[in-house]
Amino acid sequence: MLRFLLIRLGSALVVIAGVVCIVFFLLHMIPGDPVEVMLGESAQPADRAALRHELGLDQPLLKQFQVYISGLAHLDLGKSLHSKRLITEILSERLPATFILAITALIIAMLIAFPLGILSAIRKDTLIDRGAMGFAMLGVSLPNFWMGPILIMIFSLWLGWLPVSGSDGIRSIVLPAITLGTALAAILSRMVRSAVLEVLNEDFIRTARAKGMSEWRVILKHALGNATLPVITVLGLQLGALLGGAVITETIFSWPGIGQLTIDAIQQRDYPVVQACVLMISLIYVLVNMITDIAYGWLDPRVRLTE
Amino acid sequence: MRSQSTSLLFSAAIIFLWCSFAFFGSFLNLSPDHINLEQILTPPSFQEWFGYDDLGRSIFDRLITGARTSFFVSFWVVFLSSIVGTIIGIIAAWRGGWFDLVIVRIIDIFLAFPGILLAIALAGILGPGINNIIIALTVVGWVGFARLARAQTLSIKSREHIQAAKALGTPTHKTLWQHVLPLIIAPLIVEATFGIAGVVIAEAGLSFLGLGIQPPTASWGTMIRDGTRYMLVAPHMVIAPGLALCLVVLSVNMLGDKLRDKMDIKES
Repeated sequence: MLRFLLIRLGSALVVIAGVVCIVFFLLHMIPGDPVEVMLGESAQPADRAALRHELGLDQPLLKQFQVYISGLAHLDLGKSLHSKRLITEILSERLPATFILAITALIIAMLIAFPLGILSAIRKDTLIDRGAMGFAMLGVSLPNFWMGPILIMIFSLWLGWLPVSGSDGIRSIVLPAITLGTALAAILSRMVRSAVLEVLNEDFIRTARAKGMSEWRVILKHALGNATLPVITVLGLQLGALLGGAVITETIFSWPGIGQLTIDAIQQRDYPVVQACVLMISLIYVLVNMITDIAYGWLDPRVRLTE
Repeated sequence: MRSQSTSLLFSAAIIFLWCSFAFFGSFLNLSPDHINLEQILTPPSFQEWFGYDDLGRSIFDRLITGARTSFFVSFWVVFLSSIVGTIIGIIAAWRGGWFDLVIVRIIDIFLAFPGILLAIALAGILGPGINNIIIALTVVGWVGFARLARAQTLSIKSREHIQAAKALGTPTHKTLWQHVLPLIIAPLIVEATFGIAGVVIAEAGLSFLGLGIQPPTASWGTMIRDGTRYMLVAPHMVIAPGLALCLVVLSVNMLGDKLRDKMDIKES
């Protein structure tokens, strides 16, 4: 188990180092000059030189990279070019909102996916199965930047049940969470269905049935328990899509999370903030995947033995 | 069985329409940028099926021009990223050793960026425009093909006919082209099909965020974005382009599913 843990940690570290490099060089391959963007074309050469020096942009690239890395090591992500505030401060304000939205979307997705997936597995090839899988197909094909506005139109503008945007109270999270969770619900329900179908062919299911156990107990106790593991791995991987989707969903609903911050920063050309947001979201994703992997290895010894 | 072939027919029809609008739309005498001030926000009618937008432009004409945008962006992105990804994946698996190790790490690093985030950041930094979108989405897209091509090549590398080709002294490029590629192409085609659906959504998404296709060029994403400002008075501005987008994505996904079943590829 220790060896397995070390391998997982090591590869996560390599990935994180790579992500840091890509994010840094991404920012430094911007065509044009960020100083010009910040000061405008009519700025005096002396002012430009001063700002360039202040931002450290007059240093050689490798030196800048060194400064950036040592900043990261001290949890210093620099300052926003726009608001001049510390980026770590801005991020700590924004992260909780994204976290709440993602968790709510995840819960909604699981609440839809598990019943739907199980039902279509045990009623395979019936109308229920086809309807559920049709829903799943539709769910992955509905882009959230269309679904969001449509939901707003129906539930906020026409019916007036829920607020259009913002983040006060529990009512304002409903629409963004549904928008974000639908695609995940669709993908998960397909996974649950195929995982349950696979388990239903196993010997222990036949044994349980032969013992005279009721069909529902067979499904809930034996099939579901064994089908959950592969679904959890997929869940970890799908969290990436969820975090990526949060960027668009937060923009639609003016949800004050890190996704909206990213888009605002891109529009204001606030590059250090863009850099920090991309880095932060990717780090969360890598960490969650590492934890899922380790949890999987811990729950199912077969996984770590094949390493 | 009957409902299966109906749905296949439906998706084939939509994809056919999409491609023909992309290729022959310019012969239809459309005026997607023509501003007609008297028609501003006019809802759909029998003369104009999809109504007019906030500048009095015909939504029907803009939908068809948008079909071309989404088709060509997705074609180029999937074309470029499948070629680059497949070549890298096959060579990594074939050569093995440190080269393979490095490629696997690079793939892992690219996969660590969640979903569309890297494309959003790249498009934001490169600036808007159709070429930059293609670049941003290709940088993100090649990874999936590389991973798949590598895994597939690894699984067939030690088969007898490939060992025989090697033993007979067949040049490497010929072995890869004639003996390896044909065996691994089926899952790659399925991946490419789903890739098209993904790129259509990604292009529209970037354009929706204002990072993609710039006005006045019509893109379904930009049309949805413009429409969100008039949802109360002109819901058709959001509904029409979104429906077009969903129909295309749904059809391509359904086709991908069919191909996967037909070629008997296990869902990964």
